Amino acid sequence: MSHSKKAKIFNKNEDKVNWHDKALWFVREKRDVAANKVKGWEHLRDYASGIKANVLSNLDNYLVEFESNAIKNGIKVHWASNAEEHNTIVHKILQKHNAKNIVKSKSMLTEECHLNPYLEAQGIEVVDTDLGEYIVQIAKEAPSHIVLPAIHKTKEEVDELFQEHLGTTPSNGNPEYLTNEARKHLRSKFLNADAAITGVNFAVAETGGFVVCTNEGNADMGAHLAKVHIACMGIEKIIPKEEHLGIFLCLLARSATGQPITTYSSHFNKPIEGNEMHIVIVDNGRTEQLNREDFRSSLHCIRCGACMNTCPIYRRSGGHSYDATIPGPIGSILSPGKDLKKHSSLPFASTLCGSCTNVCPVKINIHEQLYKWRQIVVKDVKQPFVKKVVLKITGWLMARPKLFNLLGKSGRFILKYAPRFVVYSKLNAWGNARELPKIEKQNFNQWYKNRNKNG
Amino acid sequence: MKVGLFIPCYINQLYPNVAIATLELLEKLNVDVYYPLNQTCCGQPLGNSGYESDAKGACQLFVENFKEYDVVVGPSGSCVHHIVEHFDLLPQTEEVKKIRNNTFELCEFIVKVLGKKIEGASFPHKVGLHKSCHGLRGLKLGSCSEKVEPYFSIEEDLLNEVEGLELMSLNRKDECCGFGGTFSVFEEAISVKMGKDKIQDHLDNGVEIITGADHSCLMHLEGLINRNKQPIKVMHIAEILNSSL
Repeated sequence: MSHSKKAKIFNKNEDKVNWHDKALWFVREKRDVAANKVKGWEHLRDYASGIKANVLSNLDNYLVEFESNAIKNGIKVHWASNAEEHNTIVHKILQKHNAKNIVKSKSMLTEECHLNPYLEAQGIEVVDTDLGEYIVQIAKEAPSHIVLPAIHKTKEEVDELFQEHLGTTPSNGNPEYLTNEARKHLRSKFLNADAAITGVNFAVAETGGFVVCTNEGNADMGAHLAKVHIACMGIEKIIPKEEHLGIFLCLLARSATGQPITTYSSHFNKPIEGNEMHIVIVDNGRTEQLNREDFRSSLHCIRCGACMNTCPIYRRSGGHSYDATIPGPIGSILSPGKDLKKHSSLPFASTLCGSCTNVCPVKINIHEQLYKWRQIVVKDVKQPFVKKVVLKITGWLMARPKLFNLLGKSGRFILKYAPRFVVYSKLNAWGNARELPKIEKQNFNQWYKNRNKNG
Repeated sequence: MKVGLFIPCYINQLYPNVAIATLELLEKLNVDVYYPLNQTCCGQPLGNSGYESDAKGACQLFVENFKEYDVVVGPSGSCVHHIVEHFDLLPQTEEVKKIRNNTFELCEFIVKVLGKKIEGASFPHKVGLHKSCHGLRGLKLGSCSEKVEPYFSIEEDLLNEVEGLELMSLNRKDECCGFGGTFSVFEEAISVKMGKDKIQDHLDNGVEIITGADHSCLMHLEGLINRNKQPIKVMHIAEILNSSL
């Protein structure tokens, strides 16, 4: 289903739309306050963007450097060219340790690879331990936001969900009570986990270590308690030097939620003695995107979600309307690269207002890339016949001033004199909720000619 | 300086008064202004729909129409932005480069090129400024709320020169109105919701007249206002700057 259809369904409940919009706008405003407190914020964005551009241009070298340093630290490194390989690698590691109970902290990559259903089908229990992720997991839904996975759910809805799955007593959506109940439940999962899976925010080439940012400490608890830690990362998560963390950590949490820094920025450099640490480095379409010059910088993304919070369309259509692992503006430039046909409506789910580009901490020109994807979509994906013909004829007419003007005049005549039920028929999507402009006696061309005639 | 007046197609057909106000304003500012009658459309609706290549003819015609002028001025931020940003689909001849470097939105032209102030205009109303995205973020007619930069607004500066005009502030200073060209029909539900929210922000802040430098946004807002019979109006910034000059 296209974005517009899903968005229309989401908009049937206007109160919910208003609530969703305000919740995310609140985060955007917090981000503004945080960004304004940092001297040289725009310079930091320039640096971050520059470092990422350098990484993408020298990715082969940095990845190899990272691998050799990680191996020196005692980390086992695996390479996966696609989602399937990634899932198989993770499964094999788990099999080797006879691991049946897994705790996972937030990782959009494992969502992208659909790791949970894969492991569950092999009889392995995977529990998402980030509270928001846990909520969507028990609701059997996908995250609707990359930082705030359950932002589409009100606390009352979470209350009902917990009653059903955790046997909680009705609390009228008391966040403190609900969080504590989740905590109790998750605590036993942590203590009994055979292995922990985490994502990676930054992998440092020069040290072979990696950094995971969370607010709940769930990545640390999982990774420190279990015998095996598997960290999954996309190839673009590399940064060259540890000192570059100073820039990225300054930008990430401020852009994401307006916090100066995430509660935990955990540096994992080597396994605890007697334990195993694995890193799975995944391509899954990234090198293809790297190869597309116009869209390369989409790989700068550090997954802060600021473009979602600022996007007026995202705020009013909800993350699920994008039907993609990464929703919102950044998802709309990443997803078409993975499956152009499936995601062909996403580049059009934007007014090209440019707010996403301005808010992006690594300066991805998101709205310009949306415009470029549109040009590709209409060429490579079959378009509705009528739309295509109408636009082609319009283009042809635009190059012919006399005809174009005649058509304009006729259009004005029809709008002025046709009965209302004709003008406001079902075919007129504009007129569903909006009036058309009132038609004046003459257009500007006529007025100008008359004025010149009359001197 | 010979100025070619660029009147976007929808303004020509639907909002002649905006075009008249623009022309009169420029004439009162002693600009040597001409209106080439053969103009059609800048091609933006096609480009934004993904059919940029079908608009090549329109873009070439635009260049034909305006190549003899030193400067091109138009009362629509998004159309001007399209010429500046997206005429890269034409071979970059000297003519094309000249036009892309010398096409200005009306307010931008008055402030940056002419360096003139608005004198003698009077408009005793509570006005809310809709900062259209392509003008704001594309042409940089002002600072944007996302960026950490010194505050400025060319449009506000001009409106503040108008006697009696009270500029109201908004809760969300530069949120998109949801017009977005063909977005307004292909993503109708979201477009309408964004427009409704935008109007509500103006109403909540006591605005009587919503103005802006891009009448396509205002057309969208006006469509909603008229359907919902709301006590607020839209006017192009040229109409306000031209009022009893």
